[in-house]
Formats: sequence, C-alpha cells, structure tokens
Amino acid sequence: MGRLERIAAEQDRAAGRGLSRRGFLSAAAGSALLFGFARETRASQLYPMGAPLPPEEFEPTIWCSVAPDGVVNVNIIRAEMGQHIGTALARIIADEMEADWDKVKITYVDTDPKWGLMVTGGSWSVWMTWDVFRQAGAAARTVLVEEGARLLGTSAEKCTARNGNVSDGTHSVSFGDIVAKAKPTRNFTPEQMKALPLKPASERRLVGKEVKALDIPSKTNGTAIYGIDAKIEGMVYGRPKMPPTRYGSKVISVDDSAAKKVRGYLRYVVLDDPSGTVPGWVVVLASSYPAAIRATDLLKVEWTPGKTAHVTEKDILDHGRQQIASREGGTMVFDDRGVDDAFRKAHRVIEREYTCASVMHYQLEPTNAIAMLKDGIWEMHCGNQWQSLFLPVIAKALAVPEARVKMMSYLLGGGFGRRLNGDYVVPAALTSKAIGGKPVKLILTRSDDMMFDSIRSPSVQTVRLALDEKNTLTGMQHHAAAGWPTEVMAAAFMQKGVDGKPYDQFAIAGADHWYDCGPVRVRALSNDLANATFRPGWLRSVSSGWTPWAAEQFWDEVAHELGKDPVELRLSMLNGNGQDGRNKGEAPDSTGGALRQAAVLKRLSEKAEWGKALPKDTGLGIATTFGQERGMPTWTAGAVRVRVDRATGVVTCEKIWLVLDAGTVVDPDGAMAQTEGGALWGLSMALCEGSEIVDGVCKDRNLDTYTPLRIADVPEMDIEFVESTEKPMGLGEPGVTTIGAAIGNAIFNAVGVRMRHQPVRPEDVLAALKEKSSV
Amino acid sequence: MIKFKLNGRDVSLDVPEDTPLLWALRDDLGLTGTKFGCGVGQCGACTVHVGGRATRSCITPVSAIEGAEVTTIEGLDPAGSHPVQEAWRDIQVPQCGYCQSGQIMQAASLLTDYPSPTDEEIDGVMGGSLCRCMTYIRIRKAIKQAAAVMQSKNSGETSNG
Repeated sequence: MGRLERIAAEQDRAAGRGLSRRGFLSAAAGSALLFGFARETRASQLYPMGAPLPPEEFEPTIWCSVAPDGVVNVNIIRAEMGQHIGTALARIIADEMEADWDKVKITYVDTDPKWGLMVTGGSWSVWMTWDVFRQAGAAARTVLVEEGARLLGTSAEKCTARNGNVSDGTHSVSFGDIVAKAKPTRNFTPEQMKALPLKPASERRLVGKEVKALDIPSKTNGTAIYGIDAKIEGMVYGRPKMPPTRYGSKVISVDDSAAKKVRGYLRYVVLDDPSGTVPGWVVVLASSYPAAIRATDLLKVEWTPGKTAHVTEKDILDHGRQQIASREGGTMVFDDRGVDDAFRKAHRVIEREYTCASVMHYQLEPTNAIAMLKDGIWEMHCGNQWQSLFLPVIAKALAVPEARVKMMSYLLGGGFGRRLNGDYVVPAALTSKAIGGKPVKLILTRSDDMMFDSIRSPSVQTVRLALDEKNTLTGMQHHAAAGWPTEVMAAAFMQKGVDGKPYDQFAIAGADHWYDCGPVRVRALSNDLANATFRPGWLRSVSSGWTPWAAEQFWDEVAHELGKDPVELRLSMLNGNGQDGRNKGEAPDSTGGALRQAAVLKRLSEKAEWGKALPKDTGLGIATTFGQERGMPTWTAGAVRVRVDRATGVVTCEKIWLVLDAGTVVDPDGAMAQTEGGALWGLSMALCEGSEIVDGVCKDRNLDTYTPLRIADVPEMDIEFVESTEKPMGLGEPGVTTIGAAIGNAIFNAVGVRMRHQPVRPEDVLAALKEKSSV
Repeated sequence: MIKFKLNGRDVSLDVPEDTPLLWALRDDLGLTGTKFGCGVGQCGACTVHVGGRATRSCITPVSAIEGAEVTTIEGLDPAGSHPVQEAWRDIQVPQCGYCQSGQIMQAASLLTDYPSPTDEEIDGVMGGSLCRCMTYIRIRKAIKQAAAVMQSKNSGETSNG
C-alpha cells in the first residue's frame, strides 16, 4: 500500500467507513455514468454510457470483470491527461491475469465512494496501483484457472492461463467460455488478495513491452471528449467576472444595463460561497458562450478588493528572504545531530541564494465544468485530478451532504497539476444552484483562467555548506520559502517534520537529498504572503521542479570553488552513507538507495561525454535528482549542452541527455513520451516561461506575453531507462527535475557566469556577462 | 442566415454575424473536435481549413466564411485515415490530445504547401501551434513520415499513369 493510500485508509477508519468503502468485495456497478476506450472501434469515446454491469459478467474484484464474450474490462480511477494511464494500468492487470490484450478495454469511472482515494498527481499512479492491480489480476486468474480446470475435467495444478485461455497442455478453454459456462462468482477480500501468488518478473508478457495507447486513436479524429466538450440537454453557458483579488473581494454593486444589449444574455449571479473557494465571483449566464463572453465584458461590477491588491512578486520574494533569515519558523525536514556544531566550527562557509519566478500552468483546455441537479444528485461534469479532495468542497459550497454530489470523469486537456485544484467546479455548482439546478456550463476564457491560475509559487532558497581547514564537507543546510499548495488546499495531507510540525512535502521535496555531506538541515517555510495573495498550485514536478535549481547548481558552485570535478564530487557523496543510514534505501521503493543515483549519473556522464572539449561559448551542464520524492525515487541524471550568444544573451539548448532508473517500466513508449514532455517543460520553465505578480495577480493573461517553448526551440534528445525489475516508480514528472539546474551549470561552463534566478532571460545573461568583464 | 459548406455538406446558421466560427462549429453544429485554447489566434488549437487554408477559427467571424468551404478534423478524411492522422497514430504523437486536432489540420495544410518540408519549414508553419504536453519531437517525426507516405503515393499514382 502506498503512503497516500495508507493516509486514505486511516481517514476512512477515522470516519468509520472501514472496509465497506475500501474493500474489494464485489459490488454492482449500478447505473453509473462511465466512459471508456474499447478496442477496435473508431469512435471509441463512449460517454455517456449507461453501464449497469450485466449480471452474467464475472467480477472477482471491483477493478476488473470478464464477460462471456471474453472481453476484459478494467476500471480506471485515475484521470487521463496525456500519460495514457489507462493503458499502463490495464497492462498490469491483464499481464497478471494472462488476458488476451486484444480483448481488454478500459473504463474511466465516476466518483463512487467504493473506489477509495481518487487522485492523479505526483507521478504516483503506476506506483500506487502496481500491487493492487497485480493482486486483482491474480485473483481473476486464480478463479479462471480453477473453473477452467473443472470444465476441462482436470485439476487446477495441471492448468495454466495464457493469452485469454486456460489449458492443461492438451485442451484449452477461453476466459469467455469459462465465464459463460461456469458462471464463476467468487470474489476476494483484501487479505485473500494479498495472499495470492504473483508471477515472477520473468513471466511478464505485457508489462515492459511496446503497446499502442488505447486513448490515442480518438485524439486524432476529433472524437475524444474532454470536459469542455460535454453537453447536457437544456444547458446555459456561464462565464465568471473575476474580482480584483483572489481572496477577500466583496461585491458592492452590479450594473448589467450594457450587458443586457447582448443577444442571448440571460442574467448574472453574485455567488454566495459557503466553502470560501470563489469569494467575490459574479457569473454571467447566456444562451451561448460567445454571448456570455461579450456580456461579461460589458457587465460592470464594483468591488472592495482584498488586502493583497497591491502585492508584487518582489514583496513575496522579500518576505521569503526574511523568513529564511530568521532562525525561527518553518519545519525541519532533516535536522541532523551536529549540524549547528559544524557551522560553528566551520573554517569556511559557502552560501548562495537562488530564486524562481511564478510559473503558470497554461493547460491548453481552459478550466470548465458543467453542474446540474439530476434526480436529487448534483452532477459535476469535468476533467479533474483530485476528486476525493474537491467533492467535499463542492458539497460544502452547495450545503448538501457529500453523498449527494457526484463527479463525472472526462478527458483532461492537460492536467500538469492545474486540475488537482478543483476550484473551477465550485462556481459552476453555485450558479446552477442559483437557477434551481438547471445545467450550467461554465467556461473560463484564457484570461480568466490565467488571472487566478493556481500558479507555481515564486520561491527563495538559501543553501549553505560548512567546510573544515582541509575542505572536507562537515555540514549542509537548505532552506526554502514558497507558497504551500497542500497547506492551502489539503492540509490533512501534509507530512510531519522531524520537529513534529506539519509541512508541505510538495514545497520542499527534492531538497531532502541522498548525498553524504555531513549532518544536514532541510527547512521548509510557508510563505504566508504568497498563500494570501494567490492560491499556490501543484505544477508539474512540484518542488522537485525547483529545489534542484538551487541544490544542483550549488554543488557545481562548490565543486568549482574547491577545484573539483562536479560529477566526481557528486559521485563521492552518493555512497549510500548518511545519518541514521537513511541513504542506504529501503525495499521495495528505494532498494539500493544512493548507489542507484550514482549509477545513473555515471551512465549519463559517459553518454554525454562529460569532460570532452566543446566549441567556444558552448557548455555542458549536468544535474542529478531522485525524481519526485524520497519515498518514491526515480533516479534521474540529466545533461544539457547550451550555446550562449554573448552579443544578445540568448541561451540556446542544443541537446538534452537523460538517464533514469524508475524500476520496472510498464509502458516503455508512454514512459518515453512523458519524459520527453517533462524535459521540455524543464527547459521551457528555465528559459521561456516565468510570470510576475503585479497588483496581487500574475501580469500575464495570454500567449502575447506568456511564451512557453514552441517547436523551433526543441533540442535533440537522448533518453535512456535503466533496465530493472524493481518496483515501478513514477515517470510523469522526473523528466522535469534536472533540466533547470543543468542549464544553469551549462551556462556557467560556457561563459563563466552563474545565473541564480529562473527563468534565465537574455537581459540577465547580458548583465551578468557585463559585470564579469568589469571585474 | 449564413450559408457555407462544412466537411462537404451545405449548412446554414442563424447566429449573430460576429460569432466566432469556433463556437458555431462546437456549439451550433456539434463538431467538438475543434478546440478553444487561447481565443486570440495564438495557440492553434482551433485550426480548421477554410478554402483549403489553415485558419484560426477562434478569430474568424462566421460572416467571413459565407459561401466558403470549411473542413474540420472530423472531415479531413472520411475514415479518419489522412496520412497525417495515420502517422500521428503510428508515432503515438498525442498525449493529452487537446491541441492535436489543430496540429493535424495545420500539418495537413503544411504538406499541401511543402510536400517535403525541411525542419525550418516545419518550424515556420508549426510554430503557431502550441502543444503544452510538448509532443513536438513526435510532431516533427510524424510530419516527415506523412510527407514520405504522401510522396510515394503520389509518385505511384504518376507512374501508373
């Protein structure tokens, strides 16, 4: 059981829900609305499809069923947002049950409580489903072999399952025929499932093999249905009028005399939100979306703005600096014995500060949702990444019990963490409520979406190293101050530091490294000015996308200061030693520990030909991380080669190399696609993106000023996965983690200037070059 | 009443003249394959063909397409098997897929103008189509594959007379 699932189980126990919610006892699927991807169909989007489970199907666990025609259905509780997760997860279950892959289909389910924790983020999906889906596959296989043996007139011991058939070596019977003839009904408790024998890695036939993703065909012919494509009979269209500040704005007056002139304008609704999610929002309703856009532009609303109406990015960064300067405050993630002593006695201390600007999601599908009351149930139709977190918020906003709210799943036109925050569903729900539960389709325009995006918080980090007279490393500190998304939106999910205080693991992960460098202090600080000004978000790779910007540039700076090779310095510290043995690793998630990180770094330095002479103003930079988090390490090493134009300050990334050890890779092509995309996100954030808080909100409203990487900026890429049969870790985000720091290090190696603020803008490079030449 | 040809069929629409073609297609004509991204013609998710030319439907008022021939992703090929679509599936280009209708329509248009595009030509034409999943490496590869398939088909047709 993964850590998150343990947390969910604990919450269930506390709520007295026990096994009825999380157990695997068979339950009829009821008349749930579901969508899915069947095989071999062109228009494979089946939403909305009434899906009462036919009684003749065999459903050994809630996760899969086998029909009399042999079709195996796999239920997917994760959001499909480009990672082809349904395909990867179905491969795990199908492999273990020895199903015929051509007969496997997947169904994305709605929020029935029986599914347990529904969250898609953190690169967790494969990692947290790996055990339960193998067990579910084994449960199905066990019964099918037993029943198949009976039909063949032999014993289960003499039979094997393979490719959708059970055979005794002479005769065989298909899974479909077994279900049709034997009508098996056996199902399993979690304890029984855990006791089932699982196949050894050598017997895997689908996991790790090439496969075409089930969701791709519909994404090439216009038939894929995203949340924004959902349609409900009789729905009206809504667009919010955004208040001046994310929090604390109060409506004083509304004047719709100009809006009324728009053909199709219906009315406006001043939202009254008991959940506090969308204070001061006003929604304009119209019979078409273009009419809603125009009428909203013409609606005049006067607000009293909240207190953060004049906060700037610099205010937030300066506040973070003050927090770090104070010894008080924050949470200790590591606070090793002897760290203060090391700094007191240090012969020399190296200290550097690194900052990152606000980053916006710009998921291409703007946030949207349809809300409606149907048969006493509030239905929310939308793409979402964390239904378990936001269903209770929606219920609170509507002032109804959670059991009366249901979220229907759709494809996500990009997640990247934006849709972990379900704030956009609340205004749809409240507007529908205001008009008696009629269906409302609320869509944010791009500028609405960006104005209150749940951004990656700007951050300040200070890293310090203590050295003795012989330049031996004697202690290290890493302090990071940023907005804390988990504190603001999901406080119950925060972890406890070594000092017992809660902290947002997604605002410090990545700083809690695997290096042996003497006693370590890692301190996480919640930037309360950031939290008050905007709603900090989880953005692809979360803190592991920005803590290495500091940590992995710092180690290069240290190496250069000490006259050491940056790769050699890191390898010497990735020795598996560390206080209380924490860098040895722990089965099954981090088996091998720091030595596996050393292995990917070594392999990378060979591939990228570290140390080889390069043309003028061209540099190679390297960085290494453990992916998303210590508890689920994807050992990652990245290198980039950049060329710096001294005349313009433009940094061009010519090539990226990555070596990753994620344990077993379930879907190799999907893993490659995620890593390619992740690496380019890393590059885009380092060189192309970055916003700025002005007057309490991000200044950028569209692509005229916010400029993510485009096709012409894409470098050559060489990505390699270490072959492994260890437990699979995550791959949705680790591709991001090393790139920023590797670019910083490469710029230094190219032209000798150290860029400590992300994004790296040409004017900053020019200024740094000028400063260097004047020294 | 505005009349035009949509995916080969005559359609007429009674919507305000300044309605963006994007929303007419999606909400009045039920073709949701064309997507809303930026609303200002800078992301390319809404790309359709008007008179065979790649056009940003989010900034094209319906009044401007009176009498024109409009093709959307749904009509690019009757079986969804345009060489670009085939290449997209073969190379497994889409991730979230939201931009891909626009990418495919833009790529199909590119290959009409440049049957054998260079990297610079691909950059120039596809630079207006944002993919937030950053599937760009595969987009480039799929365009080249589709170009090769289309060229060999064309030369085959020629040699067969």
